[in-house]
Amino acid sequence: MLRNGQAGVVGERAWKWGRVPEHPGFRNMSRSYVPHFIHWLGSPPNFYRFAGNVRPWLMAAALVCAVIGLYGGLVLAPPDYQQGDAYRIIFIHVPSAWMSLFIYAAMAIAGLVALVWRVKLAEVIAMECAPIGAAFTLITLLTGSLWGKPMWGTWWTWGARLTSELVLFFLYLGVIGLYNAFEDRRRGARAASLLALVGIVNLPIVHYSVVWWNTLHQGSTVNLFGHSSIAPSMLWPLLVMALATHLYFFASILGRARTGLLSLESGKQWVRQLVTDTSR
Amino acid sequence: MNPVRKRRLIVTLLILGAVAIATGLSVFALQRNMTYLYSPTEVDAGKAPNGHPFRLGGIVKEGSVHRVPGTLTTDFVITDRFQNIPVTYTGILPDLFRVGQSTITTGTMQNGTFVATKVLAKHDATYMPPQVAQAIAKAKEEHKTGDGGRVAGAQK
Repeated sequence: MLRNGQAGVVGERAWKWGRVPEHPGFRNMSRSYVPHFIHWLGSPPNFYRFAGNVRPWLMAAALVCAVIGLYGGLVLAPPDYQQGDAYRIIFIHVPSAWMSLFIYAAMAIAGLVALVWRVKLAEVIAMECAPIGAAFTLITLLTGSLWGKPMWGTWWTWGARLTSELVLFFLYLGVIGLYNAFEDRRRGARAASLLALVGIVNLPIVHYSVVWWNTLHQGSTVNLFGHSSIAPSMLWPLLVMALATHLYFFASILGRARTGLLSLESGKQWVRQLVTDTSR
Repeated sequence: MNPVRKRRLIVTLLILGAVAIATGLSVFALQRNMTYLYSPTEVDAGKAPNGHPFRLGGIVKEGSVHRVPGTLTTDFVITDRFQNIPVTYTGILPDLFRVGQSTITTGTMQNGTFVATKVLAKHDATYMPPQVAQAIAKAKEEHKTGDGGRVAGAQK
């Protein structure tokens, strides 16, 4: 279906990367499988098709996990000994907080690839990460605030954890703003990528703020290595929800990157080919 | 890697390194100044600002909570197990406020009593069903009589 466009783009990329043009379906045995796949995926038409195939499955898996996780968290899990049912907000709050950090790291890594290797796909992915990450950060701040009022006794306090998470939110907004401030989208993406990359210093601050300073916010409950101070009956829905949010993020970023690539490459041969193929 | 990309990578990493070092130094410097709260021992040693509002943090001492009947005023003692400071507060206490709980109060020292304008309860990051909490409280009671009040679940 995309045979023509694909061949053209592989040729173009080969020229850009200073390589000898190879056959589209090249099987270079001297290369290991993973770099070969990433190289293949870096080409916009290949990515477009691959993401289109994978996205529905990821979204379906995310939905299934979210239903199981929410049912487990809101119905099956027992109430807490101190907080009663009010603790159940952690099934939204904690996975969102993890995602706010995870997406930022993903955005910064894509930003580094965009800055150094100037890969168009990396620019698109870095920029499309920002709104998803900002949304998760906002959910984290709002749900935390809702829980904080009855439990702590305040909506907001300028403790290290809350302030650094708010800074994270502003970093996301800064990346979105800077990207959109440029006339040339690729230059904008590179400038915003630098901001995203520099802002990564905030991630350890958010994570360790509860260790380094005396904060109102409690320390980590769930530890990957070591003891988690949460009953297993409450832990499993939390982990399923974390899986659901990760799957949702991957599905979402693939979809957003597809549309981003389409509009960025709207004049290219493969997009024209795609339009004629679908309108036929 | 071709020279152009290598240079870009080095420049980017240098910028990142510089920002990381600058942030690290600021965080290190803030460590001393960013005191969110003072413990009763620090207040006793005169480290807390005199006459200005500050945050006092510690644990609500066992058997120290008294509600003044007919008002919203509560008197209790904040302790860090070394020093005790009596606190008085008028207002609605947060859900997590109870004996043995970490608590952060904002207010001023007046004649040896801390007059709080705000009481915040800290969560201990532990989640368990009430049955488990009761079982733990019961086990503690059997092993160590007299220390059962430490487990907050047993208070209800």
